[in-house]
Amino acid sequence: METRLRATLPDHELLRLYEQMVMSREFEESCAEQYTKGHITGFLHLYSGQEAVAVGATAGLHVDDYILSAYREHAQAIVRGADPRRVMAELFGKATGICKGKGGSMHLFDPNLNFMGGYAIVGGQLPIAVGLAFSAKYRREDRLAACFFGDGAVNQGTFHESLNWARLWELPVLFICENNFYGIGTEVHRSSALASIHKRTCGYDIPSEKVDGMDVIAVYRAVKHAAERVRETSLPYFIEATTYRFRGHSMADPAKYRSAAEHEVWKARDPIPALAKRLIEEEITDAGHLEGILGNCRTVVQEAVKFAEESPWPEDEEVYNDIYV
Amino acid sequence: MTSTSEMTYRDALNMALREEMSRDPSVVVWGEDVALYEGAFKVTRGLLAEFGEERIKDTPISENTIVGVAVGAAMGGLRPVAELMTVNFALLAMDQIVNHMAKIRSMFGGQTFLPMVVRMPGGGGSQLAAQHSQSLESYFMHCPGLHIAYPSTPADAKGLLKSAIRDNNPVIFLEHELLYNSTGEVPNDPEFLVPFGQANVIRSGTDVTIVAYARMTILALQAAADLEKEGISCEIVDLRTFSPLDTETIIESARKTGRAVVVEECWRTAGLGGDIAHRIHEACFDTLLAPVKRVAGLDVPMPYSRKIEKICIPRAETIADAVREVVSRKY
Ligand SMILES: Cc1ncc(C[n+]2csc(CCOP(=O)(O)OP(=O)(O)O)c2C)c(N)n1
Ligand SMILES: [Mg+2]
Repeated sequence: METRLRATLPDHELLRLYEQMVMSREFEESCAEQYTKGHITGFLHLYSGQEAVAVGATAGLHVDDYILSAYREHAQAIVRGADPRRVMAELFGKATGICKGKGGSMHLFDPNLNFMGGYAIVGGQLPIAVGLAFSAKYRREDRLAACFFGDGAVNQGTFHESLNWARLWELPVLFICENNFYGIGTEVHRSSALASIHKRTCGYDIPSEKVDGMDVIAVYRAVKHAAERVRETSLPYFIEATTYRFRGHSMADPAKYRSAAEHEVWKARDPIPALAKRLIEEEITDAGHLEGILGNCRTVVQEAVKFAEESPWPEDEEVYNDIYV
Repeated sequence: MTSTSEMTYRDALNMALREEMSRDPSVVVWGEDVALYEGAFKVTRGLLAEFGEERIKDTPISENTIVGVAVGAAMGGLRPVAELMTVNFALLAMDQIVNHMAKIRSMFGGQTFLPMVVRMPGGGGSQLAAQHSQSLESYFMHCPGLHIAYPSTPADAKGLLKSAIRDNNPVIFLEHELLYNSTGEVPNDPEFLVPFGQANVIRSGTDVTIVAYARMTILALQAAADLEKEGISCEIVDLRTFSPLDTETIIESARKTGRAVVVEECWRTAGLGGDIAHRIHEACFDTLLAPVKRVAGLDVPMPYSRKIEKICIPRAETIADAVREVVSRKY
């Protein structure tokens, strides 16, 4: 049962969710283009298709809450407030990048936004999120740590160690598993004995739920509710958001292991047109306005590319900086 | 004169933890069996009673996460001191140590720092066999982004651990299991610190430089005492920290004596002694009177039987033999 949009959020916030999803999509599609041109190199994992998760979840959190993610994290960083120009410059490897060109696509970070990093070791960010939650609790700060990870991470030792630890020490961690059903080319039921990921948390006495990760409003409501609960109880909570990536695992992957039929089913559930349809049906806005939003996002992304192109490369001496304090 | 007390290496470490926890409420300690059980080696004795369970915490047997939680807590503004029960189990934490702890500052463009310490007892010689007798210092030294200390005396144990806790860089702090009961004078001053990156010339001599660390330093001192009777004068450089490495002091000493023996407890192949010997060769080639010799652990998994375990670890005799060889080399 779909709730009416206006019952959830005021109009301007609904439009902001829409804009953030469009921005994420446009940014990613532009990255693909820049990769093809050779401006972005290395690994590039795009988020197209999964926008509802990052956007809905971020809206359900407080700005003081920590966010950590894996390597498919451009959208999480930008939705949290990272400047798309500096994110694009990072992907180009330029000195003006958000991490001075040292992190690249997989390692975005901005402590001023409490965006505590993109991590490229599958499962590596989970213990770190637990540690951030511990420091928050110890310092009597009113914040939680929201930790995104993929379905592939749930078979790592750190997943089990971190869930157990967060519950044992009663820490405010919100675990958000983005289940896009594949870890590179391996489908969940071929890697997990219990493919229904949210059910795994009973071994750690952590309450969990599954949410439709293609529905930004559903994700927002689930995360907002979960975050309130984590804050009130200072106990962890677990959300599995089912979603789908429209592209291959990375730019190097043509995704031949997925059928066209499967792809079509999920394409039909694209979270962006889905929200657009509802916004129009419920007369919150009209198609013209949504076109305007798309145009604005494209301009921002074009400016980001221009900024990245025109930015200087890091100096060679820079390799020795920032290793030690 | 600053006052000192005689105490063990273990108690000196305990004193350092106690003083730093009293000084700074952001210092928190955790590890397997560190609180209620007071540590596998009793280094954390009395801390639970004094500081309570919010600041000294037992953890599950989850080494990678013990380190990872410390990484997160350090990023969040605390100064965690994590204990891994022994260095052997650090191998389960190598992902958090090498991929996270050592890299986060750099790969995020210097936007954060990790004021954290991971303590690990280690070393061989207690008939604990292959999985519990390792010396992994070279593993850590190979990885940029870490500070690494390994004290040889109770005073250094206190001063280096206090510096480690105050350091804004992530520190691997190695402790030798066979040194915990060793005793020495330790300054009572709660501001007594031993800085990182300053090797200690613990014995001066004229014929040969012995570069050593931790328990190897103690063995080198014994060797030097024997060699003195033969008329060979040894200078001993105790490294104290592998990172930063005080290359200057090593080279200055080797230049002066013209000969050097590098002693390491870890396996010889790709061991840190090879790196140090090379630094000496490169800097002192013209003044060296003999090639630098290495004394190292044998390249074997440690056997249990004490008869054969003994030959796998450097001894005072093997160090003395190496010195004799270097000194007697004919040209
Ligand atoms: C420890 C580790 N093992 C393997 C890899 C290689 N790898 C990168 S992504 C990936 C799949 C992860 O899938 P998932 O967690 O579902 O995230 P998704 O890519 O679907 O977002 C693998 C195996 C890695 N980066 N880290
Ligand atoms: Mg996946």
